[in-house]
Amino acid sequence: MSGQSNYVPTTAFGKWMHARLPIYALMKETALDFPTPKNLNYWWTFGGILAMMLVVQIVTGIVLVMHFTPHVDMAFNSKELITRDVNYGWLIQKLHETGASMFFIAVYIHMFRGLYYGSYKAPREVLWMIGVIIYLIMMATAFMGYVLPWGQMSFWGAKVITNLFSAIPFVGPSITTWLWGGYSVDNPTLNRFFSLHYLLPFVLAAVVGLHIWALHVPGNNNPTGVEVKSGQDTLPFHPYYTMKDSFAIAIFLMFFAFWVFYRPDYLGHAINYQQANPLVTPAHIVPEWYYLPFYAMLRAIPSKLGGVLVMFGSILTLFFLPWLDTSRVRSGTYRPLFKGLFWILVIVCILLGYLGSKPAEGNAVWYARILTLYYFVHFYVFLPILGLLESPKPLPSSISDDVLAKSKKHALAPAE
Amino acid sequence: MKKLISLAVTGAVAGLVLAGVSGMARAAEEQKVAKNISFSFEGPFGTFDRQQLQRGYKVYNKVCSNCHSMNLVSFRNLAEAGIFNEAEVKALAASFEGKYKADPDDTGEVKDRNGLPSDHFPAPFANEQAARASNGGAYPPDLSLLARARPGWTGIINQLFWGSGGPQYIYSVLTGYNETPEEGVTCGEGKAFNPYFAGGPCIGMPANGTLSDGGLEFDDGAPNKIEDQAKDVAAFLAWASEPHMEARKSMGFTVMIYLAVLSVLLYLVKKRIWADAH
Amino acid sequence: MSTTDHADHSRRDFLYIATGAVGGVGAVLTAWPFISQMNPDASVLALASIEVDLAPIKEGQAVTIKWRGNPVIIRNRTKKEVEDADAVKLEDLKDPVARSAVAKEGDPATDANRVVKGHENFIVMMGVCTHLGCVPDGNSPLREYALVEGTAKTGGWFCPCHGSQYDTSGRIRKGPAPENLAVPPYKFLTDSKIQIG
Repeated sequence: MSGQSNYVPTTAFGKWMHARLPIYALMKETALDFPTPKNLNYWWTFGGILAMMLVVQIVTGIVLVMHFTPHVDMAFNSKELITRDVNYGWLIQKLHETGASMFFIAVYIHMFRGLYYGSYKAPREVLWMIGVIIYLIMMATAFMGYVLPWGQMSFWGAKVITNLFSAIPFVGPSITTWLWGGYSVDNPTLNRFFSLHYLLPFVLAAVVGLHIWALHVPGNNNPTGVEVKSGQDTLPFHPYYTMKDSFAIAIFLMFFAFWVFYRPDYLGHAINYQQANPLVTPAHIVPEWYYLPFYAMLRAIPSKLGGVLVMFGSILTLFFLPWLDTSRVRSGTYRPLFKGLFWILVIVCILLGYLGSKPAEGNAVWYARILTLYYFVHFYVFLPILGLLESPKPLPSSISDDVLAKSKKHALAPAE
Repeated sequence: MKKLISLAVTGAVAGLVLAGVSGMARAAEEQKVAKNISFSFEGPFGTFDRQQLQRGYKVYNKVCSNCHSMNLVSFRNLAEAGIFNEAEVKALAASFEGKYKADPDDTGEVKDRNGLPSDHFPAPFANEQAARASNGGAYPPDLSLLARARPGWTGIINQLFWGSGGPQYIYSVLTGYNETPEEGVTCGEGKAFNPYFAGGPCIGMPANGTLSDGGLEFDDGAPNKIEDQAKDVAAFLAWASEPHMEARKSMGFTVMIYLAVLSVLLYLVKKRIWADAH
Repeated sequence: MSTTDHADHSRRDFLYIATGAVGGVGAVLTAWPFISQMNPDASVLALASIEVDLAPIKEGQAVTIKWRGNPVIIRNRTKKEVEDADAVKLEDLKDPVARSAVAKEGDPATDANRVVKGHENFIVMMGVCTHLGCVPDGNSPLREYALVEGTAKTGGWFCPCHGSQYDTSGRIRKGPAPENLAVPPYKFLTDSKIQIG
């Protein structure tokens, strides 16, 4: 964003504007001409998909606020009446509700892509850490949004999660009272969550701006993990990646639309179609699917404070990741041992999610403990040691060499 | 690419197995899995059968509404969905004589008035306490969203293929009173054994939700055994829980076709553009 | 440049244009639900008609009721008020059009066109000043607008915001308002009961 650009305006208006606010030059430089490695695969399209999802959530959210009443006596009915009476309310409400799940699916793929290809390694540490902050803001935003329809799961989810803070020694109870604005989750809680749920997405948008800025300094990582060496290695972002991203977005929208139009209740909880009742806890309360691995960790630890610390620790660990991974090779493609451990980590996270959806009884608790332990061992033991033990495969000398070699292989083996 | 595909397939298979196991486990530990009867509104093109909804409304109105409220549904919704026409709905609403409170008149007196199409269905009890007092301590839940709030079965795969089974749950509970309790299960006074009931296995609602064979005559002469009435009212509650279901499915079809065409076009554009990239 | 190159070019251009067109149409169609949601919802539309009992309104009295969120003024006019309204010449009116949903569109602003035949004593009109939407006051001492010389002064309506004055038929006579007070669609269900909307 240095403002230097080879853009020369041609029209009279273009010249006039360029002398006053060179916004087109900035756009051209940062978005259109931005040199992007030519070998990015489809896992890299999730950045664009996430940007689109943020816009979808903000637009549908603003519309919902026009019709929603944040009051404990009316919130549940007002959300329902949006779906019944407001023109296309059923569509917009479902887009927002399902959109949250789509947003998290995309962010998890985006994060695991970064983990696999070593996108957190120097010089992209700050880019990665801003990403972790984005993820934290997303979790807070989604949690508070889930409370707003004031169903049974909304209420009890809010109660359980806010109670996490009561685990903090000495000041915990005062903090929860402060969060609630009372002695339980009640109208003041609903109102502040509504306010913050409206605010945080805009904070998120600003932090996404920083994320993109931090991306533009070192430029994209790529599947080989080899830095860009010459113009040979890159393509301008537009039209190459705008079109590739557009195609990926269209496919992703089909996936999104399937849930909205054909299985609208699948990703939510049936019990949330029942109005919140502060006197009756549902038999089996679980958070939304995207929190399940953390929920499993929370319940795996037989101490209240311990569980909370482990749960938050599992996310904070990601902040240290750039320094925990000692390998000089960036991409998992050239790290045979790392590759295996990466897939084990993916499975561990999925299994933790599965355990998070089950009642915490019997063996399930033990499985969750073992998997939680493995999660931390992966980051604090395996990654530091691996860099010293592993002998990576030879790296290609440059991105364009790798692309050439691959296309030659294709040409030689057309039967594949 | 081949590797990615094989990985994706492995992951999907593992997920399916897990999901299947979890579904069975959960179904076993809670209520009995609902009877999977089929309805006209299932599937990607399913629509409501208006005749059936008319019958279902009659069952609700004559039987269910004696104890259950349905606060989110208005008389006008019946006309909007084409279950009755405008005039019928107006007459129907007006037949609820004195069930609603008028605005205060000039002297400040609040008089009773008849129903209007814009009114929500009247509730049988003024509040939860009154409802419990009249029903042996049990609270008959509001029916507006029951078909979505109570799944008939669980399991990630079951629900993906068959939906949540809410209407089937309602049907199963209404027709599930004649099963023999497992050993050791006895229900207290005023409770009946019903393995399908979510809060079960003992339910406060009297046998078959007080439906009886031939207890209601339908205007269209449709069969009226308990099972038929239960199915009709389950369909009616499914409609009540999601009045815009038909709009959702028809728009969904258009959207899917559109996105498929757009994806193909974008893929071709992308391929063209990338053709000269290497 | 060979002909195949040309064909290739035009095929490519067609593909780009087709994709752009399909994408553009989709964007426009997607925008519609987000615009439409701001229109009155089904519950608001359902309240679009109300019934009013006129029996309690004695001669010389007026009531204001709410219809679609706006005040509707219903006045049981005295004989004198009706006569005064009838006596006004059309050429003296600022707005010669009836603005009445109980008459045909564009009908002249005679008093007869602003009331229902057989119920001339009842004037039913929107209490919304046609200037900027304030509620004209039927009890203000200032409402006795100065009529054209030679005509009687009787009560009409005076808008407190910017001083518009309406006569006993609700027609604009003085002040910044451009149009007569609108008469909403209504009909008599019985001799003493109307349905507005």
